[in-house]
Amino acid sequence: MNSDPAVEVSDLTKRFGRFVAVDRVSFQVRRGEIFGFLGPNGSGKSTTIRMLCGILLPTSGRGMVAGFDVAKQPEQVRENIGYMSQRFSLYEELTVQENLDFFAGIYALARAEASTRLEEVLAMGGLAGYRNVLAKDLPGGLRQRLALASAIIHRPSVLFLDEPTAGVDPISRREFWELIRAMAAGGTAIFVTTHYMDEAEHCHALAFIYEGRLIAAGPPSQLKIGLHGCLVEVAVQPADLIPALGVLQAHPRACDAALFGAGLHVTLDSPGAIPALQASLREYGITAQRIEAIVPSLEDVFVSLVAREVGV
Amino acid sequence: MRSRIWPIMRKEFLEIWRDTRSLGFVLVMPVLMLLLYGYGISSDVKRVPLAVYDRDGQPPARELVRRFTSTEYFVETVRVGSLRELRQAIDRGDARVGLMIPEDFSQKLGAGRPAPVQFVVDGSDSNTASIAIGNIASISRSTELAPRDLRPQVFITPKAENPVPIELRTWVWYNPELKSSNFLVPGLTAVILMMLAAILTSLTVAREWERGTMEGLIASPLRPYELMVGKILPYVVIGLVDVVLVLLLGVLWFGVPLRGSLLLLMVSSTIFLLGGLGIGLSISAATKSVQVAFQLSILATMLPALLLSGFFYPIENMPAILRAITYLIPARYFLVVIRGIFLKGVGLAVLWKELVFLSLFAVLMLVASSAKFKKRLE
Repeated sequence: MNSDPAVEVSDLTKRFGRFVAVDRVSFQVRRGEIFGFLGPNGSGKSTTIRMLCGILLPTSGRGMVAGFDVAKQPEQVRENIGYMSQRFSLYEELTVQENLDFFAGIYALARAEASTRLEEVLAMGGLAGYRNVLAKDLPGGLRQRLALASAIIHRPSVLFLDEPTAGVDPISRREFWELIRAMAAGGTAIFVTTHYMDEAEHCHALAFIYEGRLIAAGPPSQLKIGLHGCLVEVAVQPADLIPALGVLQAHPRACDAALFGAGLHVTLDSPGAIPALQASLREYGITAQRIEAIVPSLEDVFVSLVAREVGV
Repeated sequence: MRSRIWPIMRKEFLEIWRDTRSLGFVLVMPVLMLLLYGYGISSDVKRVPLAVYDRDGQPPARELVRRFTSTEYFVETVRVGSLRELRQAIDRGDARVGLMIPEDFSQKLGAGRPAPVQFVVDGSDSNTASIAIGNIASISRSTELAPRDLRPQVFITPKAENPVPIELRTWVWYNPELKSSNFLVPGLTAVILMMLAAILTSLTVAREWERGTMEGLIASPLRPYELMVGKILPYVVIGLVDVVLVLLLGVLWFGVPLRGSLLLLMVSSTIFLLGGLGIGLSISAATKSVQVAFQLSILATMLPALLLSGFFYPIENMPAILRAITYLIPARYFLVVIRGIFLKGVGLAVLWKELVFLSLFAVLMLVASSAKFKKRLE
């Protein structure tokens, strides 16, 4: 195993006519790393993943996957990657084992290797008891694990997962992430897109994409610290929620204010601004039940990054 | 390295086998179509209601009527006493054909002179009318009422006045009874094969797109030709199974004679099938939706094969522009081949031109669709 990055992207761009779906994106994914690619729907996540899997040809820029150029050596790239698309692409009328046999077949695994890997991925996915069940009869979580098993039967060095947990129950999601972490620990580079912010916490590195551009990248902890200013949570009576939002958004020392669950999240220029905030609310007859500084979640980071992006 | 084509073929077979709908489509549809068309739109014109206006009334005249009504082609429904009544019977639909025997019929016959009778045929359904006329002619010819030849003279006219005599002397080759199944079964084989081939292949690719499995295949090292061959071969096999099914039904049930070489028939069916599969693949390159693929396939294959191949409507009768289009319809050529092998028992010496065209068409379609396939992958 060498120390070259598993995925190295520089200025990768994809245009569809005049629409720029991915705009000069650059990042690296190391071996054994889980790289989370976050962004709202339509932000360019899937387009990026498709370019890296050799499904779409980049308009410009460079993408190296497992040491091969995605534009010039798509065949070699495809030999070395696993790809699990948004909807778990399975053959519904085939059993679990037949699906896996099929993928072993199209990756041209030798017969002995194929049967060894079959048992390994069945065991890993907890699918051994279901080998003769038709894919269409599997519950959601197992379908997802079968899709994963199909994508890794040929031991890819880089695994691309496009929204792998969409529509799956929370317990299955947790189990799925455990599998992914184990694979990363085994040295596989994992590139995963998601719009679940809580899942981003499982990643070693993150990149936020918004309207085709990378707006932030780094490890989760660093991104949270990097959120400049200070985030406070303000709790008020439910009836006061909307008036309070108006007051806070207009406040000179608040950079941003947004509804968050039953309360409000406000980004201040410094922690010292809390009393001033309280005073303003009181002027409008609103009692703040609680105002305290909080550690931002990744969702806060994302909201604030997008707010900054839109403001610029 | 193991071949990647076999896993794809295996998968296709499993999918067809498990999906009762497509299995039904593959096995039941051809049989159903053949039975429906074979019986439903049989163009045999039998038991045509006949109105008799016998002004002679002598035994030879009665014998003439009996000659007609004793066949399965005519049934005497009314006996009329005047031309007016005859006309009314045809207007009301009580009769489609009227037979008028002049008062001097027996007399002329007895004197050994030609004894013309007049038929009035309802021409509002021209197809039935022309077949009825054919039947009238052949019955008259075989009717020997007198020692000397009775000359059949058939008057075709919508009005009873001003009859125009037409003398018919037909000798029908290859299908002397003009049994419609003899011409329907080979024609239907062409339609069924074309439709099935195009629908099945376009659906199998569209299904991969709709289900999202195509992306997985594209992201795999699978080469376009491997995917294409792996997807086409199972349907060639299925198509040939259908050929055999339709043949058995045609020969054993409908009694269609197979006069030519079975081997040549199978080989030309395979070539024709490949063209249909190519059409299907091209359609699937144009759409990713199963629904649209299905409709497009029917439009692109069934209608041309039914209407523009010369199956139902003779190509010679079409307007020039349609006639030009028929040259592009592979079913047109296959129809010549399959009717030739079935009914005429002819071989390569006669059919090679059609087979060359069908082969060219198949190669062209397959090459075009594989080129499109490649683009998709990039």
